[in-house]
Amino acid sequence: MAVVSREARVSRAPAVKLSLNRIMLWVVGLGVTALVVWRIAGTAALGLYGPDVWLMQTLNGLVQGSMYALVALGYTMVYGILLMINFAHGEIFMIGAMSGYFVLNGFHQSGFLASNPVPALLITFIVGMGVPPIVGVLLERIAYRPLRRAPRLVPLICAIGASFFLQQAVRLLFGIRTKVYPTVAVLSGSWTITVGEREMRIQHMSVLIIVITIVLMVALYLLVRKTKIGKAMRAVAEDKEAAALMGIDVDQVIMVTFAIGAILAGAAGVMWGLWYKQVIHTVGFIPGIKAFTAAVLGGIGNIPGAMLGGLFLGFVEAIAPTALDISTQLKDVISFGLLVIVLIFRPSGILGEVLTGKKA
Amino acid sequence: MALLEIDNIHTYYGNIHALKGVTISVDKGEIVTLVGANGAGKSTTLNTICGILKPRHGEIRLNGESLNTLKPHEIVAKGISQAPEGRRIFSRLTVMENLEMGAYTRSDRNGIAQDLERVFSIFPRLKERARQVGGTLSGGEQQMLAIARALMARPRVLLLDEPSMGLAPILVQEIFSIIREINQQGTTILLVEQNVNMALQIAQRGYVLETGRVVLQGSAKELRENPEVRAVYLGETRH
Repeated sequence: MAVVSREARVSRAPAVKLSLNRIMLWVVGLGVTALVVWRIAGTAALGLYGPDVWLMQTLNGLVQGSMYALVALGYTMVYGILLMINFAHGEIFMIGAMSGYFVLNGFHQSGFLASNPVPALLITFIVGMGVPPIVGVLLERIAYRPLRRAPRLVPLICAIGASFFLQQAVRLLFGIRTKVYPTVAVLSGSWTITVGEREMRIQHMSVLIIVITIVLMVALYLLVRKTKIGKAMRAVAEDKEAAALMGIDVDQVIMVTFAIGAILAGAAGVMWGLWYKQVIHTVGFIPGIKAFTAAVLGGIGNIPGAMLGGLFLGFVEAIAPTALDISTQLKDVISFGLLVIVLIFRPSGILGEVLTGKKA
Repeated sequence: MALLEIDNIHTYYGNIHALKGVTISVDKGEIVTLVGANGAGKSTTLNTICGILKPRHGEIRLNGESLNTLKPHEIVAKGISQAPEGRRIFSRLTVMENLEMGAYTRSDRNGIAQDLERVFSIFPRLKERARQVGGTLSGGEQQMLAIARALMARPRVLLLDEPSMGLAPILVQEIFSIIREINQQGTTILLVEQNVNMALQIAQRGYVLETGRVVLQGSAKELRENPEVRAVYLGETRH
């Protein structure tokens, strides 16, 4: 008898604990929500900011979010195909920013940028998007491919090592001095529009960044949906062995995936340089982690999820400090706090499917 | 010279000696079946032909050309395609996209279009469902898609791994009559089956595999009449 009742208690205990856990989580979740609502209501009641400020912050958020989204796509595509987090992806972004700097600065010194700004910018983007895939593909070939059959922790650690290697390699090659992107005259202008009674300035640069991002996203979508290599990428993501049996060169598809992710990250790197001006060998770290956050927010492995997650994170980072009336220096706390909340309440991300045992 | 020759292959999973000197030949235009119980090495044989597994000894030749050093995707390009065990269609790709993946190694647009029409005439149900994603198909339809996808490579030898597995008896009949039809249209087939009765009805020749070895071989008629086969695989009691 005693044994039976003890067993019953043992088997019931975890269920009670679990539901208590859940209640605690919901209390925390509701508490955070209430706090956020209260702060926003407080800010709104004060009426400190007019619609022009909110519009401006939204625009800034979209610019920042565009860059996050482009980097996040690389994380999510590699995860979708290899179930591996490529933590060196932030460094690929940094290499894009650095390559863009050397080209644009060269054009600036020679006066080509002043005389022919459009071709100069075009070449800057081409080089900034052309160098990262070379590094990305080499990285995959040298550091990841030999580990493909290893336990999943091994390539992850290797990726972190690769991240340090790339950072330090760039530091040794190009020095620790911060590199400043030259000002591009055609992009430093702005349009002035009137919102309510106030004037608001929209920088040409922000529009350029958003437009390029949209073009790249549409191109990626068409590539993955409509082209032969895109369909092969989806097939390999689903079942590598069956894909090989269909005559798909799996190694080649994985290489292309790394290359595409690196091209997008390179574009984001050049945009980062144009927007924030300063680049240094560590510039990839925080955006890399943020973009990873964005990929998880959207549902890792899911391409539209990474796009949405990136834009959403950028938007929240820009608007939340104003809305909550706190210092903008707390934006990192907000974005990682958001990550924690999403992981608790919707671990598969906004657009993610519920993870199967294989992917979890 | 046979079209496909599997010459004394030994395949290992780590230290496990899975195939112990299997020799099989398939002539052009034939249906050859490979029968045996679970774990006899049937799927291992097919996966060794496809290059997913590499034999430690022995050689596999297509038209006299060795396939040993080729990767799986290169073997498909040489003319061997497989409808694998468990179908393994791409469930998130549409039926059409699955078929396109079957033709991945080919670039002859007209030929691909012809083969697409051919598989749609063999499997009209796939045509109706061309825009649906694979995961929404029923088991029988998925098997049809797996066979159709393998046919899209326009293979010289088509490998079928347990096409009847998990299907209702009426569908099994249908699949086997389709296999015969595909063969009559000129495709050479190596068929792995646990449904020995059905397999020996449509095949010209057969091999019986037991624990990694060929223990019996002969024409389908001989195998059907062999007392061992009748007792062990056709479920007849010995008198």
